[in-house]
Amino acid sequence: MNTTLLELIVRNHPGTMSHVTGLFARRGFNLDAILCVPQADTSTSRMLLLVANEPRLEQVQRQLERLHDVLHVRQRSDLPHDVFERMAPVWSTLSIAAE
Amino acid sequence: MKLNGAQILKTLLERQGIRILSGIPGGPILPFYDVLQGSSIQHILARHEQGGGFIAQGMARVTGKAAVCLATSGPGVTNLLTAIADARLDSIPLVAITAQVPQALIGTDAFQEVDTYGLTLPITKHNFLVRSVRELLEVIPLAFTLAESGRPGPVAVDIPKDVFLATEEDVSWPAPGGRTPTARAEDEPIDHLARLIRGARRPVLYLGGGIVHSGASMLARRLSESQDMPAVATLMALGTLSPEHPLFMGMLGMHGTRATNTLLEEADLLLAVGARFDDRATGKVAEFCPRATIAHVDIDPAEIGKIKRPFHSIVADAGDVLGRLLERLAPTPRPEWSTRARELRSRHPVYAPPRTEDPLHPVNLCRLLGEILPDDAIVTTDVGQHQMWVAQSYPVRRPRTLLTSGGLGTMGFGLPAAIGAALAAPGRRVACVSGDGSILMNIQELATLAEHDLPVAVLIMNNAQLGLVRQQQELFYGRNFSASHFHAVPDFAALARSFGLPGVRIEPGKDALARLREALAHSGPIVIDIPIHDGANVLPMVPPGAPNRVMIDEREPALTPA
Repeated sequence: MNTTLLELIVRNHPGTMSHVTGLFARRGFNLDAILCVPQADTSTSRMLLLVANEPRLEQVQRQLERLHDVLHVRQRSDLPHDVFERMAPVWSTLSIAAE
Repeated sequence: MKLNGAQILKTLLERQGIRILSGIPGGPILPFYDVLQGSSIQHILARHEQGGGFIAQGMARVTGKAAVCLATSGPGVTNLLTAIADARLDSIPLVAITAQVPQALIGTDAFQEVDTYGLTLPITKHNFLVRSVRELLEVIPLAFTLAESGRPGPVAVDIPKDVFLATEEDVSWPAPGGRTPTARAEDEPIDHLARLIRGARRPVLYLGGGIVHSGASMLARRLSESQDMPAVATLMALGTLSPEHPLFMGMLGMHGTRATNTLLEEADLLLAVGARFDDRATGKVAEFCPRATIAHVDIDPAEIGKIKRPFHSIVADAGDVLGRLLERLAPTPRPEWSTRARELRSRHPVYAPPRTEDPLHPVNLCRLLGEILPDDAIVTTDVGQHQMWVAQSYPVRRPRTLLTSGGLGTMGFGLPAAIGAALAAPGRRVACVSGDGSILMNIQELATLAEHDLPVAVLIMNNAQLGLVRQQQELFYGRNFSASHFHAVPDFAALARSFGLPGVRIEPGKDALARLREALAHSGPIVIDIPIHDGANVLPMVPPGAPNRVMIDEREPALTPA
């Protein structure tokens, strides 16, 4: 599937993740993967969303910008498209370590 | 001085200027009710949380300021949800304060525990779960700011019982929240819009609820007049221009007149201001305004291009853009176009049989109500045929004088909203026009009405049906009237009396109108049951999913009330 990456800066508190994922479910947008890491100041987090590159993407972005806890949204077409796939080895290392 | 969370919330609400709020107490919210007793804030005890929510909505819709409703945890919250969702769809500023079980019990399936945060998330502009008494000081003003700023909407604040009881020393009070100004639009896009208008031969102004929220009705009228530009309105914008105004074409869409929808077919420029291209307004979107260049002004960036991609758009406050457009545009008569609009309007009025033949025909009733009620009267409706008859035929002459559930279409809205309107606008007459189906959905609020003795007249257009359902079954489901007829209908006049209110039934006949006038002559609360013909339809009607030029418009035979 043709996908693209959205980067979000969000307020770091419980509930923000529900707001973001709930929006995708509610508006029928596609969301394939999420990475969320607190920023150095811990009051905000950086999220990377792997989403379908569809005509409604602009609408997805505007709806995200409308959320109070979302401070900034931008497309990151500069990042490698397979950024989530590259994490897979890290993930499987973690899985093995846990076993 | 030491204050607990409940006292802090009470003071924060007082500092917000809240004078009236509605709600129902219960376990976890009791600490707040305990301090509310000594407050300057008047509490309106609703009889169902949904009624409480709509009472607050009635206040907010009349004043444009955020109103507050309260509910306790669990069922109090779930009962309130419909009123919150309704506020979201119509962009009504509402602050819903709900109590939650103590934090130590959250997640344990405690008595009357429900995930309020999760339930309110998709139906609010924003929601909060307050975790400490100190957080209250930040969250409450912010809730009002969010509810009133930009595109207004509901905000839910869930407060666990232990937060009400926790104490804080030496509170320093934050500034009250409120509407923050929206960024002024750039000059260039307004210049561009002005050029589009100058170049248009057949422009139409498409007004939505944003005009009302912005307080820009007069500017919209002046733009329409200065450019000889006919205006159409959504249900939410009725009252922006008076129905007598020669350039006003009334409501567009599913129950708009043939004149209005035809004019939109012919337009070469559609200027949408504070409107969201709702499916009830546009009909089949691909065929909406097929000849028009579309320009869209909205305060909410997410509305631009959501349904229809505009040729030109401005994200800004409606009043800002309209005011600055007027400065740029010299008055421009478009006599051919405005004459065409007037001609269409006189050729396709909303049909009604002569009053002498059928005084209780719903359209005649709405027109009569317009003659009896003063111009500043507030009319609320429920949802269904009566709502569309009011929208078509009651002369809404001022903004914020028709309160109706447009987006969510909630039956049960009318009575509590009327109570809220009467509380927020003392001295003004309020009429709730309802149907026999809708009124039963929040009938318990008659007790609230009786308790406060407010000047609300409840008029029930009674056809012993879910009329709009019956109409759709007649037109689109082969007259298979499944579950749309009531086989037991209460005696509404007697029902009113059981609540301690006067109630009358207007029997059809020569003196029906005189009796109706007499019933409305008193300023106090009253319930008026009006039998209407059980076959009356709201016409014209665009079938759902069809383009607006496809209108079912059969003339009704002269109907006599059942």
